[in-house]
Amino acid sequence: MPLTHILALSVILFGLGAAGFIIRRNIITIFMCIELMLNAVNLAFIGFSRYLGNLDGQIYVFFVIVVAAAEAAVGLAIIIAIQRNRETLTIDEIDSMKM
Amino acid sequence: MEILLLLILLPPLAGAALNGIFGRRLSQAVVSLIGCGAAGLAMASALAMAWMYSRSPEEPAPFIPSYFTWVEAGAFRADFALYYDRLTLVMTLTVTVVAFLIHLYSRGYMEHEGGYYRYFCFLNLFLFMMLTLVTAANYLLMFVGWEGVGLCSYLLIGFYFRRRSAAEAGKKAFVVTRIGDAGFTLGVALLFWTFGSVDFQYVFTRIDDFTPGYMQGTLAAAGLLLFLGAVGKSAQLPLYVWLPDAMEGPTPVSALIHAATMVTAGVYLVARSHVLYAHAPIALTVVGTVGVLTAFFAATIALTQNDLKRLLAYSTISQLGYMFVGCGAGVFAAGIFHLVTHAFFKSLLFLAAGSVMHALGGELDLRKMGGLRHRMKTTWATFLVATLAISGVPFLSGFFSKDEILVAAYEGPLGHRGVFWLAVTTAGLTAFYMFRGLFMTFHGPSRVDPAVDRHVHESGAKMTRPLIVLAFFSVVAGYLSWPQAWGGAQRFDHYLDPVFGRSMALLTAENLRPVAHGWGHWALMGLSLTAAATGILMACWFYLRTPEIPGQIAARFDGLYQLLVRKYYVDEIYDWLFVNPIKRLSDAFLWRAADTSAIDGVMVDGSANATLGVGRVLRRMQSGNLRSYATWVLLGAVLWLGYALWR
Repeated sequence: MPLTHILALSVILFGLGAAGFIIRRNIITIFMCIELMLNAVNLAFIGFSRYLGNLDGQIYVFFVIVVAAAEAAVGLAIIIAIQRNRETLTIDEIDSMKM
Repeated sequence: MEILLLLILLPPLAGAALNGIFGRRLSQAVVSLIGCGAAGLAMASALAMAWMYSRSPEEPAPFIPSYFTWVEAGAFRADFALYYDRLTLVMTLTVTVVAFLIHLYSRGYMEHEGGYYRYFCFLNLFLFMMLTLVTAANYLLMFVGWEGVGLCSYLLIGFYFRRRSAAEAGKKAFVVTRIGDAGFTLGVALLFWTFGSVDFQYVFTRIDDFTPGYMQGTLAAAGLLLFLGAVGKSAQLPLYVWLPDAMEGPTPVSALIHAATMVTAGVYLVARSHVLYAHAPIALTVVGTVGVLTAFFAATIALTQNDLKRLLAYSTISQLGYMFVGCGAGVFAAGIFHLVTHAFFKSLLFLAAGSVMHALGGELDLRKMGGLRHRMKTTWATFLVATLAISGVPFLSGFFSKDEILVAAYEGPLGHRGVFWLAVTTAGLTAFYMFRGLFMTFHGPSRVDPAVDRHVHESGAKMTRPLIVLAFFSVVAGYLSWPQAWGGAQRFDHYLDPVFGRSMALLTAENLRPVAHGWGHWALMGLSLTAAATGILMACWFYLRTPEIPGQIAARFDGLYQLLVRKYYVDEIYDWLFVNPIKRLSDAFLWRAADTSAIDGVMVDGSANATLGVGRVLRRMQSGNLRSYATWVLLGAVLWLGYALWR
């Protein structure tokens, strides 16, 4: 499988994630878009790792997965807190630090 | 000896610090003990130092201990070093003795005034600065004392700072002397530029090696610039205007400024730089000319003054002019001798005037005095002694010193007939206005305000005792230099020979003048005596015998009288010429244009407004909307990536 295919898929996934991040209003969807972008990057890493025959990229992917897990935990906690306090998850309504 | 020399300086500094920091919480007794004690210790050290120095084998070579390197920058180096020779000895003794007596007198005078501790703090600081000035071994350290006395005079003249006129007088003294200080600074800079050092010993030795006439232009310029400083400090034409206004301070301060500290600094500076002047006779001629013109000018103003202290102030200016006449004629010792005797009788005059003021509840107008002789016997007697001394009556100190100056003006290396005759005339005027002051204060019918009259009393012992001591000195100080014409040895002059000898010899070699011998001296003395006697008799006639005459003369020559009473309109001319233009410039340009518009408007407010404006624009970016942030980030990433690829 040539590198270009992998990279093309990665770019498509990242583009979807970025577009979704900007367009969608629901925080949970945005959150999922972030995950999508992260995994698009992971895919690019893996592709390069395979192409170069070098394990560094795969190690980075592990780091990204670990950080993404932590981020998911914190992010979801924040989302729950927002839901409890503001009773909405529409991103346009959450535009000030003050209540 | 190193330590002892330092001990002259330190007690007044310590006294000033103690009284300045803790004085508020101490009682008057403790404050005055610290203040007078410090001055007393300085005097004791000065006496001990004089004794030690006179016995040391190196004497009369100068003793120059260096304590530490004070300033070192590139080629410039100035030590904290002191310079002690016979001239310093004379100066330290005069300054400390007179200052100590004034400190003692102040205990009584300031008893009922506020700010007792502040007063003694400043007084001690003043003494310290003056002693620094006279003991410094280089021009830079001298400048510290020089500026220090300026500062202290400002503080003390403006002592009653709640009174507007006093505050203004302090400011005037500070600003006017500052003009002279600029000259001093430039003169020192020129000396450094020429010799690469500001050290007395080094500079003077170098100049001494010059053949006469070499680099005369530079030396004359340096001498004139230094003299400009002296003109400011010693209140000579045209910078004398601050001194009469300095009367706003407490009277003992006037005594201190006029006698021991401050105004004598200029004379000392010229005398200390004698080597410089000896190699630049042109500058010295200027010194003498300015001196004699000031002496005459101030004496004529003093003729019509009706304020006792102002009369004395103009007399000080006039007498300082005399000192410069002595120096300017090339006979520095005569100038210094007059400085010493003048310190005693002028401080006595001021302290006695203070005693009169005290008795009359602050009244200073001669027209509201009179007849105090019987009620203030000690004050009257001491004032009389001082008046006789300053008028040049034989056997009192002023006679001897003034006579020496007249002889110097006549036959000194740079003497001049014109200077001599003007000086003799001034002697007559001096006798006249001093006796006028004496008669109007103490003799004749009482013109005192009846309300005040009942309270007139002699001042307490605290005040009269220093008067008596000063009166004693006013008489005997002259015996230091018994004139040659009377078979004396002029001991004082010859005592200073090791200091001034070479300069005198150089000047004499350059400018040979006929020297009066035997009868010639008697003739000169006769002239000065005639002048003094004429002045005194005129004053007797005008103010004792027929008191209506002065009024008639004033009415007859009204124009001239007004000119004198208004002090030649000098203050008005200065106001018109300098003060008002500067005020207008300050108001229109410096204040409104430069400060309010440029600095405040553009720079201070401008920077704040710029920040505000930029913030106002940038604030739009921070909407709180997550999706707009994300767009910015994306846009940034794309641009950055695009730039990186395109490059």
